[in-house]
Amino acid sequence: MAAPLTLLLIVAVTIRAVLFRSSLAELISERVEVVSPLNAWKRVVEGLALLDLGVSPYSGDVFHETPLMIYLFHFTVDYAEIVFMVSPYFVDCLSCLLASLDRAKIAIGSNNLKSDLLFNFPGCLRHIISFSTCGLNNAIIALFIFCTLKGSALLSGILLALATYQSIYPLTLFAPALLFFLQRLYIPVNLRRSSFWCFTLQYAFIYVGSLVVITGLSFFLLGSWDFIPSVYGFIFSVPDLTPNIGLFWYFFAEMFEHFRLFFICVFQINVFFYTIPLSIKLKEHPVFLIFMQIAIISIFKSYPTVGDVALYMAFLPAWSHLYRFLRNIFLVSCVLLACSALFPVLWHLWIYAGSANSNFYYAITLLFNFGQILLVSDYFYAYLRREHHLTHGLYLKKKDGTEATLVLK
Amino acid sequence: AAFLLNDGTKNGETFAPAKDQFQEELVIRPLHSGDIYASFQFRTLWDTDFLQEGQKKVSHYRLFPKSLGQVLSKFSVQELHISFTQGFWRTMQWGQPFIPSPPGAELWVWFHDTVSDVDGNWKELTNVLSGIFCASLNFIDMTNTVQPSASFKPLGLGNATDHRFLRYATLPREIVCTENLTPWKKLLPCGSKAGLAVLMKSEKLFHSSFHSQAVHIRPICQDEQCTSKAWELRQTLNVVFDHYTSGQGKKEWSLFKMFSRTLTEACPLASSSKVYVDITDNPELFELSPATPLLSQAVVLGDRRTYSVYDLTRAETFGQLRSFNLLLRWKGDNMLRPLLHAERYVAGFGLQTGEIHTVIYNNHPYRAFPVLLMDSVPWYLQLYIHTLTVTSKSRDNKPSYIHYQPAKDRHRPHLLEMLIQLPPHSMTEVTVQFERALLKWTEYTPDPNHGFYVGSSVVSALVPSMVAMSTNFTQDQPLFSSFVPVKEESSYFVRVYTEPLLVNLPTPDFSMPYNVICLTCTVVAVGYGSFYNLLTRTFQVDEPSPPLAKRLANFIRRIRGVPLLA
Repeated sequence: MAAPLTLLLIVAVTIRAVLFRSSLAELISERVEVVSPLNAWKRVVEGLALLDLGVSPYSGDVFHETPLMIYLFHFTVDYAEIVFMVSPYFVDCLSCLLASLDRAKIAIGSNNLKSDLLFNFPGCLRHIISFSTCGLNNAIIALFIFCTLKGSALLSGILLALATYQSIYPLTLFAPALLFFLQRLYIPVNLRRSSFWCFTLQYAFIYVGSLVVITGLSFFLLGSWDFIPSVYGFIFSVPDLTPNIGLFWYFFAEMFEHFRLFFICVFQINVFFYTIPLSIKLKEHPVFLIFMQIAIISIFKSYPTVGDVALYMAFLPAWSHLYRFLRNIFLVSCVLLACSALFPVLWHLWIYAGSANSNFYYAITLLFNFGQILLVSDYFYAYLRREHHLTHGLYLKKKDGTEATLVLK
Repeated sequence: AAFLLNDGTKNGETFAPAKDQFQEELVIRPLHSGDIYASFQFRTLWDTDFLQEGQKKVSHYRLFPKSLGQVLSKFSVQELHISFTQGFWRTMQWGQPFIPSPPGAELWVWFHDTVSDVDGNWKELTNVLSGIFCASLNFIDMTNTVQPSASFKPLGLGNATDHRFLRYATLPREIVCTENLTPWKKLLPCGSKAGLAVLMKSEKLFHSSFHSQAVHIRPICQDEQCTSKAWELRQTLNVVFDHYTSGQGKKEWSLFKMFSRTLTEACPLASSSKVYVDITDNPELFELSPATPLLSQAVVLGDRRTYSVYDLTRAETFGQLRSFNLLLRWKGDNMLRPLLHAERYVAGFGLQTGEIHTVIYNNHPYRAFPVLLMDSVPWYLQLYIHTLTVTSKSRDNKPSYIHYQPAKDRHRPHLLEMLIQLPPHSMTEVTVQFERALLKWTEYTPDPNHGFYVGSSVVSALVPSMVAMSTNFTQDQPLFSSFVPVKEESSYFVRVYTEPLLVNLPTPDFSMPYNVICLTCTVVAVGYGSFYNLLTRTFQVDEPSPPLAKRLANFIRRIRGVPLLA
């Protein structure tokens, strides 16, 4: 078991190192599907250069990383490659763990350890050799999930605070983490029980406390609160309309000025809105809830990149046992593959050849997000259906004894 | 017309006139303003008679183009003059042309007095010529044709003075282009393959202030007593090159610069092939090379002019390289070169990224001095200051002072100020990369594909002065020297502005705001709908609903209070 795993890891390291050194790395690090104004490496270098010039990186609109990133990269800017090479491994190891965890719980399925490492490659290939801090963010989220699954509430809270500090959206992962801990400690989710409130407050205290500490540390780096409008204000108000694979850019490029604030609020609420209903529905399945939350964040966040897509796709092999209940997987994979192929083509036609216009790229964006939504809802359907079969049996019969069909009613 | 005075007959011998004969000539006249006027003439003389009744129809054409010969005989044309001109001849600046022509197309024809239906012949002739020259001469009809009674007397032999046989028409709107030049060149005996016609390349000929091509056909006397007549076909091409547009501002001309070709040989079918350069104003105005001993004087347009003659039928004209290129250089351009000069341009391709290059020239031979460069770039071109490079003489030149204020989106632009030390007699290049932003659709100008302007860079410097200046303040200094206060004796303050830049930004589709809102909201609603379904509904076994009759029966039974059917 350990030998094939190490062999695969070595192969993965080699491939990534080779790709980093090739000219492909520079090409990919400029692509808009891979880097966004939030996490482009070019902007990090620019921010550090501004710091060297004596100007605050947050005085302009080019740098949107948190001050802790400045701390980190100030010392490791020469070793950036190694940092970017190492960080995706956290995601890999986590998906292994998820697969093993689920297998331990339910005795269905075969050894899909190899498959999930292999599965990572198409999903992560583009984003790993790009120089972007998305890999680091994904690593933090992966570490957070790892600590949650291992049962360490303190580390989990701290890492969640770090992930929230980096980009606000992981805030929604508080609920699934809390549910996981409650389930683990056999505390029923009952609003009238004091044990529930006791643990919730503890966890919330760890989380909020670490968040406050980290934010305070950031204040002391540059001595000003400039980073808050620059980072969090930027994420929420979406002033930069650089094209990416998400839905926000063209929508707000063509928005009537009068409705801009309204739709910004609508779109941002849309990301946080599914937390409570999903938590209620999936309160006994927090691991799947984490997956759903990450997927929703990746689809509906303001500046998505393929790195975010790769994060939730890396967890798909953990649910390979749902394959038999998936309804649209062929269509979805065709759509996603076709869109991945068309993104660079239509970008080139719009920006370089001048023979297409922005509508072409926008259309593929729509299709890509539609495919993602279909994928996530398909997995959700399969999961719920499997739960139903677990309780009611696999082969259902109607009242008259013939084979029944299940519908959602 | 220009008359040529030969200095003796060719080789001092008399010869029997050949049946047909071809001569080509190019006259180059430099103009005072720095422009240059070139006039080509190709003359074919043919001792034959198209219009003789009862004779066998002419069928063997050699140097004379067959298409024109057939036109002459079919329509009984005595004289034909057709010209195509682009541009207007500026007499006050350029003097008089050798062959004048009006802008557009002009056609005037004398028909033979044996023609009975002149109008019919005229109509058919214009259509045939329209086909030969690929021009829309078919627009010539009775509404724009006249019969001048006195102005256009025959230029060749002709006893027809009855103006009923003359037709004159112009099409001022006619445009001349390569399509007209190509069939015109095909009428020449050597085509455009040898002789002077190789110089006629359309990309240079049409990039000029004035361009005119014409065909003149007339019968002439072959000798003084007019014992024998011959047909003369003259093809002329006049072109004036403007030293601003074609000459890049330099007052220096050569055959290669004018026509992008040099001459390599004379037309083998030509009996004479010569290039004349008007050197009457030489040597004060310009200098000419290669020098030639052959000179010729001519009285043209009421003035005696001297010409340098280059005979292309002689091999030594072409020299060792076997190519003949004239060079005329205007003198007297010893303007003092400015010591400080700057240029700016945008490099890169596509609508995503780009680079701004600012080039600063220090033309002082031995003094280095610092300059202060200020750049103000609008916020929608995001500058990356870590890509800033300053190189002088291909070596890194670090500025001693940099003040950079990055832009805030929709609030303020970038400001970059640098103090750069310029080495003497050098070129310094400052490059910085930028990324182009996509703006909201209301932030574009009504003409978004025109591009967005970036203001000029400002280069301010104290330039070392050649002459010592006085720092005393005097009341009666002229205004032009008292604008900038003089602080030191040895240097003066100068501010140089570079070109503004025009940069294209990617544009969204402006016709689609409502569509975009609907489509994006649809995708979000699809997500919402799927999740709503999965969250609020549960799985149930699908029991088919009972048929209508049973449902109706059950409904009635319920009202009656009787137990329902299964």
